[in-house]
Amino acid sequence: MQAFSDTTLWTVIICLGLGSWGLRFSFLAFLGNRDLPDWVLRHLRYTAVAILPGLVMPLVIWPDATGGAPDPARIMAACATVIVGYTTKNLIAGFGAGLIVLYSMLNLLG
Amino acid sequence: MQSHARLFWKGTLDSAPFILVVVPFAALFGLVSAEAGLNIVETMAFSLIVLAGTAQFTALSLLQDQAPTVIAILTALVVNSRMAMYSAALAPHLGKAPMWQRALMAYGLVDQAFALSDTAYQRFTDWTIRQKVAYFAGTSVMVCSLWMVCTFLGALAGDSLPDWLAIDFALPLAFLAMVAPALRTAAHVAAALTSAVAALVFVFVPYGLGLLLAAFLAMAVGAEVERRLGHR
Repeated sequence: MQAFSDTTLWTVIICLGLGSWGLRFSFLAFLGNRDLPDWVLRHLRYTAVAILPGLVMPLVIWPDATGGAPDPARIMAACATVIVGYTTKNLIAGFGAGLIVLYSMLNLLG
Repeated sequence: MQSHARLFWKGTLDSAPFILVVVPFAALFGLVSAEAGLNIVETMAFSLIVLAGTAQFTALSLLQDQAPTVIAILTALVVNSRMAMYSAALAPHLGKAPMWQRALMAYGLVDQAFALSDTAYQRFTDWTIRQKVAYFAGTSVMVCSLWMVCTFLGALAGDSLPDWLAIDFALPLAFLAMVAPALRTAAHVAAALTSAVAALVFVFVPYGLGLLLAAFLAMAVGAEVERRLGHR
C-alpha cells in the first residue's frame, strides 16, 4: 500500500540528508565571517510560511481519506488550528484544538 | 570563567521547553511514516540522516502524492534553506572551531539549537570558542536525541492505530499548527495567503512544480511586503 518504491524512498532520504547537511555546513565550512546579502535573508525569512500553507491547502480541501471529496469536519478542524494557533501563538494549543474539532465533527457528522 | 561541562548543561537546560514540541512531532512523524508504509529501518533512517522535522514531513507528503523524486527532494530542500541562514549567522562565532567539530555541529544544527545559541552568543560576548561549542552541543543534543527516540516510539505504535483517529489528517493539522504562530507580521501573513491561494491555482501544473512555484511567489511577496513596510 506504499505509494512509492523503496528506491525512490532511499534516494529521497540520502539526497535530502546530504543536501540538508550541506546547507547547514555551508557557511560554517568556510570560516566565514561573510554575511548573506540582505535581499537573500529577506527571502529566507519566509520559507516556512511560503511552503507549508501551499502544501496543506490541497490536503485540506481534497483529502485522500474521502477520495478527494471536500469534508466539512476536516475543513473546520483546519480553521480551528489556524485560529487557535494564531491567537495563542502556541503550536501545541493549535494542534490540540484542531484534533478536538476534527474528532467532534467526525462523530457528529458521521 | 565557566567550565565547558557547565555550559554544556546550561545549553541542555535551556532547550528543555522544546521537549513539549519535539516529543509530539517526532512521534507524529513515526506514526505518519508507518501509515505511509515505511518500515522501522526506513523511518529511522529518515530521522537519523535528514534530522529536519518540517523537511521530513514535506518529503513524505510529496512522496505519498506521487510527486517526482526530484521535486520531493527540491521542495524539502527549499523548506530547509533557512539552515543556510543559520549557518551564516553562527559562522562568526563557531567558524574557528576545528573542522570535525564544525561538521558535527552542522549535523545537529536544528531550529532550536540555532535560536538558543544565537541569542546566547549575543548576550555572553566573553565566551571563548570552546565555551561556545560546549553550549551549542548542549542545546542540540537533547532535542536531536528526543527527535530520534520519539520517532522510533511513534513508528512502533504506527500501524496499530484505529481508523477513527483519522491519522491522515494529523499531518495537515501539524503543519498549520506550525505556521499559525509564525504569522508574526503583515509580511508573514501575506506570504502565507499567497502560498495557500497559489498552490490551489497551480494544482494543475505538472511534475508537482506547482508547490515550488507557489513557494517562490510567496517568498517574493513576503520579502516585498517587508521591504515596503520597512521592518521585520
